[in-house]
Amino acid sequence: MNALITRDVTKRYANHTALDHVSITIPEKSIYGLLGPNGAGKTTLIRIINQIINMEEGQIEIFGEPLQEKHIGMIGYLPEERGLYKKMKVGEQLLYFAQLKGLSRKQALERIKIWLEKFEVKDWWGKKVEDLSKGMAQKVQFISTVLHQPKLIILDEPFSGFDPVNAQLITEKILELKEMRSTIIFSTHRMETVESLCDHIALIDKSKKILEGPKKQVKDQYKSNTFIVEHRGNQFTFPIDRYELINQKPLDDELYSTTLKAKNGINGNQVIRDLIDITEVHSFQEKVPTMSDIFISLVKGDEALKKHLQEQA
Amino acid sequence: MNKIWLIIQREFLNRVQKKSFLIATILVPLIFPAIIGGLIFIMIKESESAKADTVQVLDESKMFTFKSNKRFTFVPLDLSLDQAKKVYNETEDFALLYIPQIDINKPEGIAIYTKENPSIEKVGDLESSIENQIHDLKLKEYNIDEATLKSLRPKVNLKQFNLSDTGEEKSSSAGILYGLGFGLGILIYMFVLIYGIQIMQGVIDEKTSKVVEVIVSSVKPFQLMLGKIIGIASVGLVQFTIWIMLITVLSSGTLAYFGLKMPQKQVMEQVTKQMEKDPEMKEVVEQQNSKVVELLGNWSELPLLKITLVFVFYFLGGYLLYGALFAAVGSAVDSQQEAQQFQFPVTIPLLIGYMGLFMFILRDPHGSVSFWLSIIPFTSPVAMVGRIAFGVPDWQLALSIFSLIGGFLLTTWIAGRIYRVGILMTGTKVSYKVLAKWFMMKG
Repeated sequence: MNALITRDVTKRYANHTALDHVSITIPEKSIYGLLGPNGAGKTTLIRIINQIINMEEGQIEIFGEPLQEKHIGMIGYLPEERGLYKKMKVGEQLLYFAQLKGLSRKQALERIKIWLEKFEVKDWWGKKVEDLSKGMAQKVQFISTVLHQPKLIILDEPFSGFDPVNAQLITEKILELKEMRSTIIFSTHRMETVESLCDHIALIDKSKKILEGPKKQVKDQYKSNTFIVEHRGNQFTFPIDRYELINQKPLDDELYSTTLKAKNGINGNQVIRDLIDITEVHSFQEKVPTMSDIFISLVKGDEALKKHLQEQA
Repeated sequence: MNKIWLIIQREFLNRVQKKSFLIATILVPLIFPAIIGGLIFIMIKESESAKADTVQVLDESKMFTFKSNKRFTFVPLDLSLDQAKKVYNETEDFALLYIPQIDINKPEGIAIYTKENPSIEKVGDLESSIENQIHDLKLKEYNIDEATLKSLRPKVNLKQFNLSDTGEEKSSSAGILYGLGFGLGILIYMFVLIYGIQIMQGVIDEKTSKVVEVIVSSVKPFQLMLGKIIGIASVGLVQFTIWIMLITVLSSGTLAYFGLKMPQKQVMEQVTKQMEKDPEMKEVVEQQNSKVVELLGNWSELPLLKITLVFVFYFLGGYLLYGALFAAVGSAVDSQQEAQQFQFPVTIPLLIGYMGLFMFILRDPHGSVSFWLSIIPFTSPVAMVGRIAFGVPDWQLALSIFSLIGGFLLTTWIAGRIYRVGILMTGTKVSYKVLAKWFMMKG
């Protein structure tokens, strides 16, 4: 079953369209990366899923049912702009949020205790938020997002504001939640997070979805048949009708690193065969695009990607 | 519904548990008795320790006699004016009063010399003392005795009645009605303003701390707004109830304490003695007694239950109407300073009601301006409670009540539409055009 399906979701404001027929499918128990540059419409989509704002057209299905008010308790939401009541105590605040999500007072108290222990912050109950550091407040906010054991967790830029140690802690908790059968939507433009955590992605740009699918499939789709070879000497020419030389740079000891793009229909084995005849190959690797490469190529066009690749190489 | 209840609870408990609430709730009622007590204390001290001022009198007309009393000690001089000035200057005395040769029909040239600027009150005392003496002199001149004079000025007290449609007579007292209208009107004005601004502050806090996005992912913006308005209203009601109770207890406490210091029995005995000597005094006292009785009578004749019910209705109705508007203002802005420009237009109609209370309602409760002020929902909360004691026809009251209900439903609806968009918009330069756009925005 799918955790969430949106069909042709459209949202217009007076002078621009924030979402233009966006359809995505989020499989259950996946970690789904919602990518896109700033202002692409990610937050609008997330707010619509959270029923904070309404869509003009389209349908949303959550675990097989049309999205309604009663589903609020199934969703946990960590907005990009974090915020807590500064003058309220941590415990009371968590209790309030959990009750708003529909937990009974007793249930909420039990869960809060468990989570405060998980984060090793049992003694925070009576502390006021204004007395906490930024990282501490972020932990409280994370707890408030997951307290009611939502089946769908939406995290908007979850790692901003965390130091590496705490970011690691949050990553562990996210993986734990996945083990506990939650579906997680990530909205981010940090590609390393997507690379390591997400198994599905969608890319939204200028109010439209331009790409969606399992991460591996997307990457395969964007393989450009490019290979990186390290070899000795450069006194030879590639069969120019079959390859395009992207760049070449010298390494130590007369070693060179060459990036080349094979024309259609030529696979890795054939490239190696060609190379063995003309030079001494030290290493060979197919260049698989990173999420970052794909992101840039789609958002800024191929020219930008080429430049980006050249800089990397 | 359950969620609104949670919000109301949070708003209420969070405010009531604050130290500032406790301090304000206890201190404010202490201020009134403290002022009353302080004033009485000073008055008593003053009258005990007051020293009579010495006034040197140079009377060249030889027509006046000044008897020293509690306030002034008069010292007659028999010098020329220049000499008298010199003598006066060497003393510490309060003033030098100079009366030249005058014609009592045209008393001009009377002067007072002082070292410091004298209070109007003291100058007035001296003036009226001279006027009285001239008055007496003239009576003598025209050969009129006191009795004739008194018969020329009969005392008339208008007993007031309201003739109702059924021809029933009801006595009334403009004074009581004025006081009641004044007090209730101001109470509503203060309540709406103080707690309305608290709503706005609360909304701005939620918006600037960004907590609002999490909240509206669990509840509808309208529920949040309503919960906040009702929560703060209950804080206000609790605070007002405590204030009124404390003020009543403490004020009567101070009055009782100082009352004991001036034993009433003694006062009454003196009055009785005086009355025996002076029939005129007796008349005055009796008249006054009957007035008090009449006032108390009038008070109990007022439809107090009706007034209370009407007061509570307009109290809440006015608060809800303005509370929603204040919430909308808070949602539109990013800071307290920015709120000023929108806060002002919201408070203007309230202010009009407040000023109308003094300029029209209390002076002419049944005039057409008063009528409209008490019908239009923006001014009616202050205006109608100011008017109600004077007697308002039922149809007017009904019209006013319905238009207020309609009014707050309308403002709450408008405010809700602005609020739901405003709370999620930060960093926007807000103008009335933008507000209108938010209002029109779908879903």
